[in-house]
Amino acid sequence: MTAGGAAPPIISARGLTITFGHGADAVQAVRGIDFAVPAGSCFGIVGESGSGKSTILRALSGLNREWTGEVTIDGHDRSHIGRRAFYRLLQMVFQDPYGSLHPKRTIDSTLAEPLLIHGIGDRAERIEKALREVGLDSSFRFRYPHQISGGQRQRVAIARALILEPKILLLDEPTSSLDVSVQAEILNLLDALRRARDLTYVLVTHNLAVVSQMCDQLIVMNRGRIVEEMAVDALMAGRTSHPYTTQLLQASRGYDRQAARELKTFD
Amino acid sequence: MADTQPLLEVEDLSVRYPGHKGWVEAVRGVSFTLGREKLGIVGESGSGKSTTGRAIMGLIRPPGEVTARRLVFDGRDLNAMSERQKRSLRGDQLTMVMQDPKFSLNPVMRVGEQIAEAFRIHHAAARGAARRRAIEMLEAVRIRDPERVYRAYPHELSGGMGQRAMIAMMLVSNPRLMIADEPTSALDVTVQMQVLGILDDLVSERGMGLIFISHDLNLVASFCDRILIMYAGRVVEICRAARLHEARHPYTRGLLDALPRVEARQERLPTLTRDPAWLTGATIVDEGAEA
Repeated sequence: MTAGGAAPPIISARGLTITFGHGADAVQAVRGIDFAVPAGSCFGIVGESGSGKSTILRALSGLNREWTGEVTIDGHDRSHIGRRAFYRLLQMVFQDPYGSLHPKRTIDSTLAEPLLIHGIGDRAERIEKALREVGLDSSFRFRYPHQISGGQRQRVAIARALILEPKILLLDEPTSSLDVSVQAEILNLLDALRRARDLTYVLVTHNLAVVSQMCDQLIVMNRGRIVEEMAVDALMAGRTSHPYTTQLLQASRGYDRQAARELKTFD
Repeated sequence: MADTQPLLEVEDLSVRYPGHKGWVEAVRGVSFTLGREKLGIVGESGSGKSTTGRAIMGLIRPPGEVTARRLVFDGRDLNAMSERQKRSLRGDQLTMVMQDPKFSLNPVMRVGEQIAEAFRIHHAAARGAARRRAIEMLEAVRIRDPERVYRAYPHELSGGMGQRAMIAMMLVSNPRLMIADEPTSALDVTVQMQVLGILDDLVSERGMGLIFISHDLNLVASFCDRILIMYAGRVVEICRAARLHEARHPYTRGLLDALPRVEARQERLPTLTRDPAWLTGATIVDEGAEA
């Protein structure tokens, strides 16, 4: 494995189970999975809708508290990390930057909020610096989300996530709602930021090409379970071992009349 | 009508909307012809690809304005038709499938009844006959339990099933042309392939024409016969789908280069530098793609 060996895991999960609903209506979205994310790596989680990939991120980020299992982040038991310390360690970027930015707040006010919550001073300088780092000049500071493009909004969302200088970023389909030319810019930006700041990324996506471009290793999810764990080199070379992954890889190459007829459902 | 006649002829189609500072030109002089084939229209958001599809359907409402030197569907001049005549064509001979079935289906009406209704609006059919026809269509889009889906409400169906039901509704009158606007973008890749398989069979078995609007270059290259690439309301390049990767327009090349690839990582993904010349330059036509 590319990232195996040396780097100790910054996130590790054992028996992570996430259930929605109760009694007869209970649905297990994630069914007792184990994984470890090496510090400083980009870890991909791939799967189709309903596979549980975003649910894992929501549990890791604290958006969903209904989970069981052991999760360790940066050497501490997840449940023992205080709220403030936790959000200075880990932040999240969502798929739709329009939905994740407050429409009636300026970029300045959006970026100032985490600083206010955490009692951090030098706000103006920090905001200017955060914008610069995501490639936006200070003229953006006092604009509203509707006055900037989708790609610029995603840059603001990344700036907000990084302004507390976390070690870990959770990225939930960060470029899926962007045009390909803008996607390229955001992927380049995320890659450069990770190198410059030695960040760890957990990247959830349905796009295998994005995984190849960004990640060191990945897990493939289907119906709440990990069906395959692989290094990105294996993905690039098409060395898949589970038929589900093979089918996903085949489908990602485009339409094929014969292949479309032979698609299987995996339980 | 001879079968050699094109199914659709579009010449100099333009669509504009009034904006704060004068007219906004959404589509600027688009021309193409369509046979019984799969024609892809590719472009980024704001390129005018969806507006082109909606203009052909006659779905642009005032204050939007549509002009075209020629707009001929199956030998009939759409420009000369009354709104009433066009309405009888829409949903019958000329149909459109949108991206998200959640917003296209009536949430408080059973799926099958919606399909049967779509048929009865255009054809004098008894209730029972329309019902049988709707079930047949659900079978045609490979729904395993058509009776159950007939009785279901839209919220009881998955995205893939909902989209199949939409396609079934659009097929019920045996249309000659279907315009599909990102019909599979909201679907998982395996479901996407199944839906494309259905559309593919419909074109080859029924001789239907298909305009497939998408932002996904690789998907269009693998699925369609020919591709129009749109930028800022204009067609900048026309090519055979199999030859998309030999495209010559710098915009098309830029889009292709910006795509990450499963097989290899690039140090940095090339990004697009937009050239003002793209707004006015000539359309590049790949040999054999003009027909």
